[in-house]
Amino acid sequence: MSNRYMPHTDADIRKMLDRIGLASVDDLYGDVPAEVIFKGDYTLPSAMSEIELRRYFEELGDKNRRLKVFAGGGVYDHYSPSVVPHLLSRSEFYTAYTPYQPEISQGTLQYIFEYQSMISELTGMESTNASMYDGATAAAESMFMMVASAKKKNRVLISSTLLDNIKRVICTYAKFHEVDITEIPEKDGVTDLVALKELLSAGDVAGVILPTPNKYGIIEDYTGVADEIHAAKGYLAIYADPSALAVLRTPVEWDADIACGDGQTLGMPMQFGGPYLGFISCKSALIRKMPGRVVGATKDASGKRCYVLTLQAREQHIRREKATSNICSNQSLMALYATIYLSLMGENGLRDVNALACDGAHYLYNKLIATGKFTPAFDKPFLKEFVLKTDMDVEAMNKKLLENGIMGPLDLGNGLVEFAVTEKRTKEEIDQLITLIQEEA
Amino acid sequence: MSKVIEGLHYAESHEWVKVEGEIAVIGISDYAQHALGDIVYVDMPEVGDEVTAGEDFGAVESVKAASDLFCPVSGEVVEINEALEESPEKINEDAYSTWIIKVKMSDPSEVNALLDAATYTKLCENE
Amino acid sequence: MKYYDKLIFELSRPGRRGYQLPVDNYGEDALGSLPENLMRKEKPELPEVSELDVVRHFTNLSSKNFGVDTGFYPLGSCTMKYNPKINEEVASMPQFTELHPLQDVESAQGALELYYNLQQALANIAGLAEFTLNPYAGAHGELTGLMVMRQYHKSRGDHKRTKVIVPDSAHGTNPASAMVAGLEVLEVKSKPNGSIDVEDLKPLLDDTVAGIMMTNPNTLGMFETEIVEIAKLVHEAGGLLYYDGANLNPMLGKVRPGDMGFDIMHINLHKTFSTPHGGGGPGSGPVGVAKHLIDLLPSPHVAKDENGKFYIEYKGNNRLGSVSAFLGNFGVMMKAYAYILSLGKENIKNVGPMATLNANYIKESLKDDYLLPIAGVCKHEFVFDGLKDKSGGVTTLNVAKRLLDYGFHAPTIYFPLLFHESMMIEPTETESLETLDEFICVMHQVAKEARENPDMVKGAPHTTLISHPDETAAAKKPILSYKQMKQNA
Repeated sequence: MSNRYMPHTDADIRKMLDRIGLASVDDLYGDVPAEVIFKGDYTLPSAMSEIELRRYFEELGDKNRRLKVFAGGGVYDHYSPSVVPHLLSRSEFYTAYTPYQPEISQGTLQYIFEYQSMISELTGMESTNASMYDGATAAAESMFMMVASAKKKNRVLISSTLLDNIKRVICTYAKFHEVDITEIPEKDGVTDLVALKELLSAGDVAGVILPTPNKYGIIEDYTGVADEIHAAKGYLAIYADPSALAVLRTPVEWDADIACGDGQTLGMPMQFGGPYLGFISCKSALIRKMPGRVVGATKDASGKRCYVLTLQAREQHIRREKATSNICSNQSLMALYATIYLSLMGENGLRDVNALACDGAHYLYNKLIATGKFTPAFDKPFLKEFVLKTDMDVEAMNKKLLENGIMGPLDLGNGLVEFAVTEKRTKEEIDQLITLIQEEA
Repeated sequence: MSKVIEGLHYAESHEWVKVEGEIAVIGISDYAQHALGDIVYVDMPEVGDEVTAGEDFGAVESVKAASDLFCPVSGEVVEINEALEESPEKINEDAYSTWIIKVKMSDPSEVNALLDAATYTKLCENE
Repeated sequence: MKYYDKLIFELSRPGRRGYQLPVDNYGEDALGSLPENLMRKEKPELPEVSELDVVRHFTNLSSKNFGVDTGFYPLGSCTMKYNPKINEEVASMPQFTELHPLQDVESAQGALELYYNLQQALANIAGLAEFTLNPYAGAHGELTGLMVMRQYHKSRGDHKRTKVIVPDSAHGTNPASAMVAGLEVLEVKSKPNGSIDVEDLKPLLDDTVAGIMMTNPNTLGMFETEIVEIAKLVHEAGGLLYYDGANLNPMLGKVRPGDMGFDIMHINLHKTFSTPHGGGGPGSGPVGVAKHLIDLLPSPHVAKDENGKFYIEYKGNNRLGSVSAFLGNFGVMMKAYAYILSLGKENIKNVGPMATLNANYIKESLKDDYLLPIAGVCKHEFVFDGLKDKSGGVTTLNVAKRLLDYGFHAPTIYFPLLFHESMMIEPTETESLETLDEFICVMHQVAKEARENPDMVKGAPHTTLISHPDETAAAKKPILSYKQMKQNA
C-alpha cells in the first residue's frame, strides 16, 4: 500500500493491526453498514508520477494566455517583488496551523501583529483583525458589524458605485441573515449624496457602505457624509483599495467607523481570482463586534515580549451561535504576503507605485481621448482606473487586443469601457495599445 | 466554597439583585465569577435601555469563556458601573460589592420569583 | 542561536528602502494634481528597511514556528497531513498565477479545465452530483451549504423551515454558520458513546426543520452507525442532510457521503486534499450537492459546452447568489487537484484506511496511561479524557504543553466539550510507524512524569522560546498594533 505520501509497508500494517487486535484493514470499517461501503472505482485518472504531473500542468498552462493587463475591476496587475514569494515558501510558515500554541507559533503571531499594525496605518483605524477571506466577505462582515452595533436597526445602505461583485456578496449574506439592503443610487459616476440624505431621514439605517475609489475608478468626495450618518445614529464603513490608501484620504480622515477591502492590490498575484486577502479595521469602540481572529501583544512569564490570539470570547469556538461571525480562520499566508510587501515598499514605495499607476493612467486617458474615438464618461478625479465612452465595437476591439497579447478594457455596456494601469505597464505598452486601437475602424 | 450573602435575591443563572426602593442593583455571584476565572471584559447595556426579566442584557468574558448576563427583573437601565470598563477584575475581587447595572423596576414583584440565599447555596452545591 | 525579538518597525531607518521601481517617464504629475481634499494628510508609518533586512527578519520569524515540515502535528480534527512540494510548484506556475479573473475565457481555458475537472473529481469522490468551488474555507462552505438548504425550501415555497438540527458535540462553527445563514439551532443530544441519540432526534423532526448538520465520523472520531436510519427519518420529515467535511479523511476510499444519504456537504481542501494550512489560511471549502439541488449553487460556476469549451456561468434562476468575489481560491484548488492526480484512483482508496489504522494504533498503544472514554474502533481520530491517573493534578493543558518540550505539536485540547479533559489526537495517513512509535513513547514518558514529578509537568513548557504568555493581560487591555504598543510603553 506504500506510495510516496503513505509510508506503510505490508510489515508495518501487520504489526499495527496486531496491536489493535484486528485481522485486516477492512475490519477497521466493521462498524460501517455494508450498504454504504463504497465498492466501486473512482472515475479519476490513474496515479501520476511527478514527471507526468509536471507535464500535465505545463500542457494545461499552455492553454492559458499571459496578457498585458489594461483592466481592473477590483483586481490589478501590480508587481510583486521576488523576495515575497521566496519568503512565503518557507514551510515553517505555510505548513503551520492557526497559532493555537503560542509557544511554538511566535513567527505566525508576530507577522500577524505586524500585518495588523500596517493595515491600521493605511486605514488610519485603531484596530485591525488578522484578516478575512476576501474583500467581498469583509464587506459583508462589516455590514453585520454595523447591524450588531446599531441596536434594533436592520437596514444597511450600499452605494451603487461599489463594485458589482462586492454588492452581490453583500446582498447574498444580507438575504439569508435578513438584513435589509437599500442601494443608494449613483449620479454622474458617484454616490448620489442627496439620495443618501433622504434615505437616512427614515431613521432606520444601521450603517452605510461607500467605496474609495469607486467601481469607475473615481475618488469620491465624502465631505460631511459621516456627520450626516452619525447624526442619524448609523455607522459608516468605507470599502477601500489599501494600496491607494498610501495617497488617498483614509477612511478615518473621512471619519468612517470601519474600513474594509481587498489586499490583492498589495502586490498579490491575480491567480484567476484568489487567494486574496480581506481586511477589516475599525475604531476601538467597535472592536468587540469585529469578526475573526485578532493577535495582541503581551509578555511571557519571564517578561519576554510575545504575541497571542486574543479577544477570543467573541469567536465561534466559545460563543457558538452567539459569535460575531462563523469565521474560524484567517487568510494568514496572504496577510504575510501583505506584510512582506509593505515592509519592502514602505510609505515611499507605495507612493511611487501609486504615482506610476496614476501618471500612466492619465497618460493613457489623454491619448485615448486624442484618438477621437473616446470621450470622457464622467469628469471626475481618478487614480489608476477610469471609464470612457466610445462608439467603437468594443467586442471587436478587445478581440484584436487579445490577439496581440493584451487584456483590453472591461466592457461596462452602453458604450462604456473601463481601463486600468499599474506600475507594471510601460509607456511603450500604452503606445502600442493606442496604435492597435487606432487601427480599428 | 463560594460566598453567598444573606439579604440578596439570586437568579438561577447566577445574577444577584439588591433592592433599593424601586431600583434593582444587579451583579453576578461569587460562584459565577469563580466559574469564569479572570474576567477581562463586561459587555453592558446603555443607560436608558429597556431590559426584560429572563432576557440577556450583556455578557461577561474571561480569556477563554463567555457567559451571557440574564436580567432578573424588568425595567429601565438607569446606571451602569463604568468602573468595569477599565477594571473588570473588580468582579473577581469582590462579586457582591461590584454591581454591574442598576435598573428602575417596572414590576418590583418579579423579585419574589428569585431565590433566597439558602436556596441559592443549595443550587450551587448541586452544580 | 541568538533570540530574535525585533519588530520590523524597530529596524526602520528614515531613508532606507527595499524596493526599486522603473523611472516615471510619463512626463506628467497626475498624482500631484489630484484635489487636495481627496488626498491623505498624515503619512502612514510603514517600515523603511533594506531588502536584506526584510529577508533576515522574516527568516528569523519563520524559525520561531512549528509546521508539519518541522515535526509530528497530531492536532485532532485539523488533518495536518504532509503538504506535497510539487503541489506548491505547479500552483506557482506563471501561466496560472498571472491570469486576471475577468480575462476572456478563451484565454483561460487551461485554468477553467482544471477548475471543471476538480468540480467533477470532488463530486465523484463525494458521491454527489455537482460541486461549487467558490467557498474560501470550511466555515465558509458550511455557510454556503446552509444557504443551499434554506434556498431549497424557499424555492419550494416552504417558508416555515427555519431551524437546523446540530448535535451537541458539534464544532462551534456549525451553530455559528447556522446563525449567519439565518437559521435557528436545535440541539440534538449525544448518547454516552458520543453518537446521535435517534430517540432524541425523532421528536425534533417537524415541519419547521430545514435539515440536520452532521459529521460522520463524529467529533469523537466514531462512525455514526445509525446514519442510514437518521437519513431516512430526516428525509421523511422533509429535511435535508448536511455533511460537515471536517472528518472526511477516514472516509476517503471507503464511504462516500452521498451514499450515506447526505444531500449537501463541504470539503476542506486544506485537510483532506493536502493543501497547506498556511498558518490559518488560505483554505478552500468546496460545497457539493445531490442532483435535486444543483440549480441552487452559488454563482459563478464553471461549465463545459458541447464543443468542449469551458465557460463561466453567472446566472441561473434559482442560484442562491454569490459568496465570493470571483471563482474562489483558485491557487488552493490547483494544489488539491495536483494531489488527486498524484494519488490517482488507486492510491486515494488507501487514504482513509491508513489514516484510520494510524489513529487506532496510537489509541490502543496509549489507553493504559490515558483515559479512553469510548472504547472500540475509531476512525481517523479519537479522544482521551486526560490522564488515567489524575492524582498528581496534571491536566490535559499540562500534557499538551509538555509535548512541546519534546518537539511535538499538541493535540486539540478541551474539544469536544463532552468531556472535561478532552485531548483529541489525529495522526493522518502520511505519518510512518516510526513517528507514531516515537510519539507513543513520549506520551508514556509524560504520563510517567505526571506521576513522579507532577509539578515539573505543570510548569511546562520549559524549552520553548517563550513560556506562559499572559493571555489575561492581552485580553484585558488589547494591544493590537505597534502604535498601541508604543503608546503603552
